[in-house]
Amino acid sequence: MYQYNEFDEAFVRSRVAQFRSQVERRIDGSLTEDEFRPLRLMNGLYLQLHAYMLRVAIPYGTLSSSQMRQLAMIAERWDKGYGHFTTRQNIQFNWPRLKDVPDILDALADVGMHAIQTSGNCVRNVTADHFAAAAADEIADPRPIAELLREWSTDHPEFQFLPRKFKIAITGSPNDRAVTRSHDIGLRMVRNDAGEPGFEVLVGGGLGRTPMLAQVIRDFLPQADLLPYIEAILGAYNLKGRRDNKYKARIKITVFENGLDAFKADVEERFARLRSQWSGADQEILKGIEAQFAPPAFRNAPTDEYETVRATNPVFRAWTDVNLHPHKVDGYAIVSISLKKHGATPGDATADQMRVMADLADRYGHGELRVSHEQNIILPHVHKSDLPAVWAILREADLATANIGLVSDIIACPGMDYCALATARSIPIAQQIATRFEELQVEHEVGPLKIKISGCINACGHHHVGHIGILGLDRAGVENYQVTLGGDGTETAAIGEKMGPGFPAEEIVGAIERLVLGYLEIRRDAEETFLETFRRVGPEPFKGFLYGGEETADAA
Amino acid sequence: MTIIVTDTGFGVDDFPGVIRPLSEIEAIQEGDGVEIGPADDPRALVGVLGQVALIRVRFPAFNDGRGFSHARDLRSFGYHGRLRAAGHVLADQYAMARRVGFDEVEIDEALAQRQPEPQWLARADWRENYYQGRLRA
Repeated sequence: MYQYNEFDEAFVRSRVAQFRSQVERRIDGSLTEDEFRPLRLMNGLYLQLHAYMLRVAIPYGTLSSSQMRQLAMIAERWDKGYGHFTTRQNIQFNWPRLKDVPDILDALADVGMHAIQTSGNCVRNVTADHFAAAAADEIADPRPIAELLREWSTDHPEFQFLPRKFKIAITGSPNDRAVTRSHDIGLRMVRNDAGEPGFEVLVGGGLGRTPMLAQVIRDFLPQADLLPYIEAILGAYNLKGRRDNKYKARIKITVFENGLDAFKADVEERFARLRSQWSGADQEILKGIEAQFAPPAFRNAPTDEYETVRATNPVFRAWTDVNLHPHKVDGYAIVSISLKKHGATPGDATADQMRVMADLADRYGHGELRVSHEQNIILPHVHKSDLPAVWAILREADLATANIGLVSDIIACPGMDYCALATARSIPIAQQIATRFEELQVEHEVGPLKIKISGCINACGHHHVGHIGILGLDRAGVENYQVTLGGDGTETAAIGEKMGPGFPAEEIVGAIERLVLGYLEIRRDAEETFLETFRRVGPEPFKGFLYGGEETADAA
Repeated sequence: MTIIVTDTGFGVDDFPGVIRPLSEIEAIQEGDGVEIGPADDPRALVGVLGQVALIRVRFPAFNDGRGFSHARDLRSFGYHGRLRAAGHVLADQYAMARRVGFDEVEIDEALAQRQPEPQWLARADWRENYYQGRLRA
């Protein structure tokens, strides 16, 4: 895992000192609120509905056990004893006081973390596959590249005042778990015919009120060209992106309005002009970073006991069926810890739970944790013989919910419970759906199903790429929930299709129940997932389940 | 009176020439200055960069970052002359301005009063703690 060097350390300390001064200068009037706003946003500090909110970056979703413990300490000392893991591999503290924030930032710097560029119109926290360096299907570990991008984007002098925020995601696996096509820039690590490493570069994806899937701007970019090429994209966007309307300011609109060809021509001209400014020092730094991501010392041990417990304990077996993912090393598993206990707030963890997870990582997981964009925590490297012990400890901490990838593993934005932009509540809807399906006892039968809920059109809950997407709106002062179906955030990405009229809060859970139970009726067999069934039969039968009235059972 | 901020603090404007808007590019004489705004295309200046003695890049609002790309572009076109960021630029942006190739920042008196010299001098260390500098080397 990456450890801050002297340079990183000096940088974050100086940045904390600058922010401390900015807070003081806001208080003494040197800075107006308008001027302070982008400066605090650049340091992750939002003003929310009830209080300030501090968003801390977990770069490429990788955390050490000591970092997780420090987050627990911060939650207890300066917040209300919990934190909220977000869809962009950040953690949010919802109740810090402005005067404490510089101290919190210092505490983060103590463990090599920061809140820089988690907000504002700049390059945000770079996200990556949460199973990086562990998944069996991976070509290469994306995290060294993500760390290089973190260093490149941090305090980049040209790109701190872009037309709008800018998000980059990277995957090292052909199975896209990083939702690359929904990002301003998506990077897929590939190899060319000669076996050389490089990237497929996608540009112009985004969710929000105008969802668009990113398009390929380069099908193979050599590894050494990455930073100059990304810089060319950002430069073209900085100059061409619209600044007259914040809803048309993202790069997806720039690419759409100019056309991909014209935008690409601009990017290529800049790239050709600026490439020679790069001497290769970045590639030397990359080598140093790569060395820090060396795999842990995996062990070779029997897994008989794991198989025995699995055969005799059905509750453990159910957990292993859904919360484990194949590891590239024999005898190991990737463990997902669900932060989606039925009825709980998706993505929330208490300080005690954070410490339990940190301890598990130390004892059984080489000291490493991950945060997924699906708002769960991952122990990437656990030997199967340790799984019964890990599971027992998770159960004690209320963290052994066996629902990864199922109906109740819902992504939800903070919604009107916290957010100043929200038009409806998200968290209570997620809680009610999860609770309802627990009562029905069908979620294991239903199988893989991604429900994603946003409390406003900005789509922080990724509803556009949910198999079932729920968008909460305000209709004349009343919450109203629109349903989209067929969205997909993976390598087969699709934007969900809007169904008919929305539902009031008290009817949306019933509508989702009808959809899911209806799917069980029409699926070809138990192997056909909700998304596959939707793709086979189209929206009509599902509209029937939602709105009733039509005969749909024979539509398949 | 405008104030010119450099690494040594506040100073006066000592540029002796005239500063023309981009629309008067045909009239530019050796030693003149020229001014561009955020929406201008600095490529229009490529033919006259050898004669121009100062380019003033206007920042009508501190949160319009186009001027930072203009500075970097002008340097990439081979402009080695005096490059000035002018208008609503914050002390907190001084390091950014220097890093993309500006030599100096021009602010008005009201801004200089609200953000006095020490706040600018605090970022005169713009070569320190600079990721970009390491990566490009």
